[in-house]
Amino acid sequence: MAETPTKVVVNCTTGVTEVLPLTAQEIADMETARVAAEDQRAAAEADAAVVAAAKESANAKLAALGLTAEEISALSK
Amino acid sequence: MATYTLISSNTLASSTSTVTFSSIPSTYTDLCIRGSVRLASAVQIGTLYMRINAATTTYSWTRLRGNGATASSSRGTTGTEIQIGLQTGASATANTFGSFELYIPNYAGSTNKPFSSFAVAENNSTTAGQSAIETFAELWSTTSAITSLTFSDYGTPDNMLSGSSFYLYGISNA
Repeated sequence: MAETPTKVVVNCTTGVTEVLPLTAQEIADMETARVAAEDQRAAAEADAAVVAAAKESANAKLAALGLTAEEISALSK
Repeated sequence: MATYTLISSNTLASSTSTVTFSSIPSTYTDLCIRGSVRLASAVQIGTLYMRINAATTTYSWTRLRGNGATASSSRGTTGTEIQIGLQTGASATANTFGSFELYIPNYAGSTNKPFSSFAVAENNSTTAGQSAIETFAELWSTTSAITSLTFSDYGTPDNMLSGSSFYLYGISNA
């Protein structure tokens, strides 16, 4: 049987450090947090992809107007 | 003259899920937390998170990130914990650890709690993208005094590996 996951609690007033087993609720909360973090990460990656696509499109339009690669690069510095 | 006092510290003797500094005394001006973490997740680089007073709301952050290949900036206003920064994961070079530093001014005051975080994941590798740096402008929009801090990656149980260490300092301005 797998060992019960643990948590470390350092009491800063007494100086006592305890290693305690996670409760069933704490294990469930951790799984909820993991799912939420994955959702947040996926949303951030999607946002970044939209920005990257918009930047690529803007650069192409600037090039079509006759700007050189150096001039386009200078706009974002 | 400002003085740093080590309030408490802990170096993990075995993998664990969370590390909490509880009953933090209110007698200092500011808090500083320094640490070194290797995460159990099978990734090169993972994220360390923190909860203040066990709260799961009112966190927000502005982040600047670079990994030698790309740089980015972003902002988050949701989450049941706040990002502290990138740390080294279990797929990185053996025995390498990330490091981080938090500075929390006026932690015992009755205003919102803005603070800073600086974190590095280092893989002892010369390959761009396998190490990274992040710095944060952090905010806990709550006026309660900070009495506890909990660190975890909240991904899986026992997610921080043996040898990871945490040091809590109190800073006095006189």
